[in-house]
Amino acid sequence: MPQLSDLIGSFVDDKICYDTGYQAPSQPATHTTQPIVTGSSVLGLKYKGGVILAADTLGSYGSLARFRDIRRITTVGKNILVGASGDYSDFQKIQELLEEVVAEDYCLDDGRTHTAKEIHSYLGRVLYGRRNKMDPLWNTLVIAGVENGNSFLGQVDLLGTQFEDDTLATGFGSHIARPLLRNAYNENLTEEEARKIVLDCMRVLFYRDARTIIKIQ
Amino acid sequence: FFSLLLTSIMAGIGAGYDLYPTTFSPEGRLFQIEYAGKAADASGTAIGVRTVDGVVLGVEKLIRSKMLVKGSEKRIFTVAPHAGMALTGLLADGRQIVNSCRDEAQQYKRFYGQAIPGKMLNQRISSYIQYFTLHDSVRPFGSSVILASYDKSGPGLYMIEPSGVSYGYRAVAIGQEKQVAKTELENLDFTTITSREAVMEIAKIIYKIHDDVKDKEFELELSWVCAESNGKHEHIPEDLLAEANKVGKQNLEADQFGSDEEMEI
Repeated sequence: MPQLSDLIGSFVDDKICYDTGYQAPSQPATHTTQPIVTGSSVLGLKYKGGVILAADTLGSYGSLARFRDIRRITTVGKNILVGASGDYSDFQKIQELLEEVVAEDYCLDDGRTHTAKEIHSYLGRVLYGRRNKMDPLWNTLVIAGVENGNSFLGQVDLLGTQFEDDTLATGFGSHIARPLLRNAYNENLTEEEARKIVLDCMRVLFYRDARTIIKIQ
Repeated sequence: FFSLLLTSIMAGIGAGYDLYPTTFSPEGRLFQIEYAGKAADASGTAIGVRTVDGVVLGVEKLIRSKMLVKGSEKRIFTVAPHAGMALTGLLADGRQIVNSCRDEAQQYKRFYGQAIPGKMLNQRISSYIQYFTLHDSVRPFGSSVILASYDKSGPGLYMIEPSGVSYGYRAVAIGQEKQVAKTELENLDFTTITSREAVMEIAKIIYKIHDDVKDKEFELELSWVCAESNGKHEHIPEDLLAEANKVGKQNLEADQFGSDEEMEI
């Protein structure tokens, strides 16, 4: 009389396992270890009654100038800017998170939206949390905004380091542009003066940084 | 057993089949759900109108106390930038529906990268509400909702009852005076009405159906999602709201003093 074991014996025995497609990993699971498409510097400068951010529009693929018209500065709500250097796909994820924050604000409709300082804290916590999971969002972010006539400028990086300053520069710019911005900064800058300073710095960066292009945002 | 007996004596029609939403009556009715419907109608009327370029929602907010801060009790909520919801009945229940609606819209956006179409949002919320009619460990929502949306396929207006049943409408009313409101709404021409016109019409209807004797005062809350608001759900601008109130009052006075019809006593 045929047994069940006879029927199934052909494809189940001690030596062969069911092929579920799972293979024991030869290496431990890894997460982001390197940025792929990257943006170069972002500059930030406070002036009287506002803040100005500048970044070029290049997405480099290693040494290839691959995407030549990307936007590395995004708006959040009505009066906050967030600029990013580093991995562009991680920045896109951050943009999605920020959109959700804005949508939630809009839905609650209670007359209050998140301020630049709150967004700065929020992004700091997100990035720090990801760093602790050893799966960072590989960006250095610049957050800028104006509340009640007061300018805000802050930075968060992939390690979760959070701070505020009157002048900021990320990436290559932190070496080249930061001293230039610091020398030029004073409390009573007008918008035109600030714009000129920042454009000068972007020009220097274009001369010296190999991963830039002439077009800026 | 005693409480069961008491209920059978007091229930009347329900008579023992109305203890749990999970019990059908011999005629095939679910009494708990019907009672939930009654709870849902036990508040100020809410009206929705779908126009050629959007959707307008209006609510007759009965003011229960003079000490209430004006505008603090909201009956219309934004559930997604392109969609809004008006509630009646047990507002705490309704707010739960609003929260789950917001979650649905957010999840859809996360997954598909697009705003959730009104039809899909309606389906999801209906399923959610219907779920609570299936178990005896939970009770049905005591709140009806009107959902207004504006997506790629145009404006959408849906109404979901505590039973989870929902339909798309050109115009709908829920709440205390819904029958009267529905009769009034049938006079509108839906093929040509614009959102601005609908705002005025809804204001007129709400002023008309408001029962001065039974309920003292009310506050009108209006919102829209239309071409003029760039497809975003928002409460209508202050000046338009003021005008709507004015138009509503004027229309009511004209009706009371100008018409030849017999006045209801």
